[in-house]
Amino acid sequence: MRFQPVTSLDKEGTPAEERARDKGEMQASEMAARARKRGRTPPTDITDPQYFHKVVDCQWACPTHTPVPEYIRLIAQGRYSAAYMLNWESNVFPGILGRVCDRPCEPACRRGRIQVGDEGNAKDPSKKNAEPVAICRLKRVAADYKGDIDNLLPEIPATKNGKRIALIGAGPASLAVARDLMPLGYDVTLFERDPIPGGLMRTNIPSFRLPASVLDEEVGRILDFGVKANFGAEITSMKKLLGEGYDAIFVGTGAPKGKDLELTGRQEAAANIHIGIDWLTSVAFGHVEKIGRRVVVIGGGNTAMDCCRTALRLGAEAVTVTVRSPRKVMKASDWEIKDALHEGIPILDNHAPKAFVVKDGKLVGLTFEKMVETGVDAKGRPKLEASGELVTIDCDDVLMAIGQENAFPWIERDIGMTFNEWGQPAVDRKTFMSSVPGVFFGGDAAWGPENIIWAVAHGHQAAISIDAYCHGKSLVERPKPGHTLVSQKMGIHEWSYSNNYDPQKRQAVPHAALEASLKNLKLEVELGFDDKIAAREVERCLNCDVQTVFTDNLCIECDACMDICPVDCINFTENDDEADLRKELRVPALNKSQDIYVSGVLKTGRIMAKDEDVCLHCGLCAERCPTGAWDMQKFAYAEAQAASACLSHHNAYLG
Amino acid sequence: MSYIAKPSAHHPALPRNALGLTRRDYEGSMSTLCAGCGHDSITAAIIEACYEMDLPAHRIAKISGIGCSSKAPTYFLSRSHGFNSVHGRMPSVTTGANMANRDLYYIGVSGDGDTASIGLGQFCHAVRRRLNMTYIVMNNGCYGLTKGQFSATNDKNSPSKKGEANPFDAIDLCQLAIQLGAGFVARSFSGDKRQLLPLIQAAISYKGFAFIDVVSPCVTFNNHPASTKSYEYVRMHNMASENKLDYVEPQEEITAEYAEGTSTAVELHDGSQLMLYKVDGGHDPRDSDAAIHTIRTNAAKGTVVTGLLYVNEDQQDLHDVLGTDERPLNALPMSELCPGSKALEGINARLR
Repeated sequence: MRFQPVTSLDKEGTPAEERARDKGEMQASEMAARARKRGRTPPTDITDPQYFHKVVDCQWACPTHTPVPEYIRLIAQGRYSAAYMLNWESNVFPGILGRVCDRPCEPACRRGRIQVGDEGNAKDPSKKNAEPVAICRLKRVAADYKGDIDNLLPEIPATKNGKRIALIGAGPASLAVARDLMPLGYDVTLFERDPIPGGLMRTNIPSFRLPASVLDEEVGRILDFGVKANFGAEITSMKKLLGEGYDAIFVGTGAPKGKDLELTGRQEAAANIHIGIDWLTSVAFGHVEKIGRRVVVIGGGNTAMDCCRTALRLGAEAVTVTVRSPRKVMKASDWEIKDALHEGIPILDNHAPKAFVVKDGKLVGLTFEKMVETGVDAKGRPKLEASGELVTIDCDDVLMAIGQENAFPWIERDIGMTFNEWGQPAVDRKTFMSSVPGVFFGGDAAWGPENIIWAVAHGHQAAISIDAYCHGKSLVERPKPGHTLVSQKMGIHEWSYSNNYDPQKRQAVPHAALEASLKNLKLEVELGFDDKIAAREVERCLNCDVQTVFTDNLCIECDACMDICPVDCINFTENDDEADLRKELRVPALNKSQDIYVSGVLKTGRIMAKDEDVCLHCGLCAERCPTGAWDMQKFAYAEAQAASACLSHHNAYLG
Repeated sequence: MSYIAKPSAHHPALPRNALGLTRRDYEGSMSTLCAGCGHDSITAAIIEACYEMDLPAHRIAKISGIGCSSKAPTYFLSRSHGFNSVHGRMPSVTTGANMANRDLYYIGVSGDGDTASIGLGQFCHAVRRRLNMTYIVMNNGCYGLTKGQFSATNDKNSPSKKGEANPFDAIDLCQLAIQLGAGFVARSFSGDKRQLLPLIQAAISYKGFAFIDVVSPCVTFNNHPASTKSYEYVRMHNMASENKLDYVEPQEEITAEYAEGTSTAVELHDGSQLMLYKVDGGHDPRDSDAAIHTIRTNAAKGTVVTGLLYVNEDQQDLHDVLGTDERPLNALPMSELCPGSKALEGINARLR
């Protein structure tokens, strides 16, 4: 059959529609909607910065959108201070987060979807050695190896702008707000209940995971900007504070209230039953220095892991962690569970606490009822039923780490602030302002427990709002992110980034000797990567921010890119609606969380469809393309912040 | 030419064939041909064909001559036997190998210079002898390795990159192969993998001389709009004589239903079949005269006829003709392979 030139019906738009678009009479989104109606997948709009942002899985997953691949490349070049500053601008606490971040970037990492060899992955044996880049540990490398960065910090104006801001709580959320507002000339006053700053980072994260020196350095850097810090100064009345004439107030008081379990024997055994986070605080401040011989920890989150490991260091001989649900749905991070197990702590799952056993007025044990899994619920979580089987574990002390919540007994209910049914203030998700104008919330205080990196992200957004509020601007209109897309071509088949795929496995982090760590509460367990290990780990990064950019009118459909692609991402195919298109690709695109990059109609009437899922960003498509239809272009993306002075390294990165 | 090796990682959901291998296991080393070279697409089709046919790499021998095309075997089947021979001498080397071991699949790769100029005589005699092999010509109409001079297959008047018209008539290798008695003759286009893939599979399954002339644009020297061997020209002037092709493995059932008179099943020696779906103007591929007529009349109009052009399902191969031993030489015991001087004396005595 003679080749038929493409007719107008094969195109995404009719000629009339295309003319309308070219004249600006029709939006691209309207064209796309019409294409969908015809059962076609419209061409991807790569001018929308969120399309390529999403391809950078780590940056997309990070609440503060830290440009991860960029700082990993800086580490690879030995430019540790620059890597640190890029982090500092995004997430404020690189040294702290490089140790104890919840690291949402790592499960998102594309490398975690790329198999190497035939060995099983530690978490899921069916995934062959598919492990994410050790992003968090590389962040620590930047912090550990950086030089003197004082001259790289933003300047704090000597002349203030006349606006006074009160921050309540000296945790990550408040400190992030202070960091963002100080370079703008705000007069910032900080109130903290505890004698030293840091919030839960100080009181609830044991120093064997986060040394005080690291905390002091990064918190001190912000206070040294000239924050008026008041320690041991608990705010007991919002009404009173509102009367002190601040232009805005930020509440960053965290979620300081640990949950309790009212079981039989709770009152009689009270002396030996401790709320996990309160107990950790007492340990952090040196008020508690020992614990009973046998300790049971209730709970499966990170606080439970910190409690059990701390108990071991205070001299407990037998520590047991008990969790009500199955191990696979435990809330604690995988690496924290591993560290507890490594220290010899058994974790008993499906154990629901029933009663405290009290003898002669003293706690002697804890009775559990074993649970059994009976399928999954609507949300896919295991459904549990009581088995009737009772188990008693003898113990001298119990640590309860079953969750925590924010609490506002100090906010009067007659100041016009709206509270929801759980006693939480109603906070706008976008502006972070409560129903009282000028009073902002962030971190765990806003919507309950999250983690440090979310608190920092909240802090950035709250600072933008506070700045807008103080200047009478709209809080709803948010400043737009900065983004650029620049070719990385340096010569024929030469790129400005290391495009060679390194099949190396994830590097393990060295640990301090177990025996020595268990004897010393303050000895940091993880030693971090040294520069040599870091140099190997950085090569595992796939540089997902270096995007495969396709220009359809240059393509001659020689198939070279499709043939060379090592992971079968690229397809030349007939257009279809997205669900069918995904099924019809060379390797069906079943991971729907990843987009399909669709081109406009090519000369033969086909389209190029690229599954972004496991693209290695190796650039071979661009190297094998005879016409330059494919190019590798670095997508730089920076979230807006209140103070542009806090984005000077980001501005350099945007180019 | 890329400086990095092709990454070892493959798609986690990449399917595996009956041997437990992925398509990636049939690859060779990284191509050093120009980016966008049609030869790389043919390479990809050969990889795909061998993968889909579950062929064990050690049962395949790939043999080539000299030229861009003849470099290509390095880029597929790195675990197979290979011989990169002298210019134009691929047919002789393949003949020798085939005579010594009839149990292997022979894939000969050659170019328009290697076959239509220096090796034309070799080509003719391999066809005449019905050598059991798959002979693929990667045909770009020019000498890419020596900066793009016209080759003998470049169409008359089809100009060079600089605009000079070719003064000579082209040698049509498919017409030549049919005239010389090739049992399986096809023409395809490197930019049409959907057609090329089943043709390669059928050619490998065919017992006898299977010839595929693949128009394969030279992106560097012969891909300008006026060239009759360019991506654009072939796409606009491709008359697929049998529009659709489908290779059906021996154990597979033909599941699709075809309207009476629109499809033909070509039986191949290993029990597999090549299904042909006719379109208007298609000829009967069992009729060699009709095949030559179709090629000639279309060529006069500037149209390239692609698809299976001619097939003889009953052809005997060289071993059948010569009545050779069924076993390869390496399977013969020493006493039979070299029966000794007494046996030689006997033979000599018969000749006296």
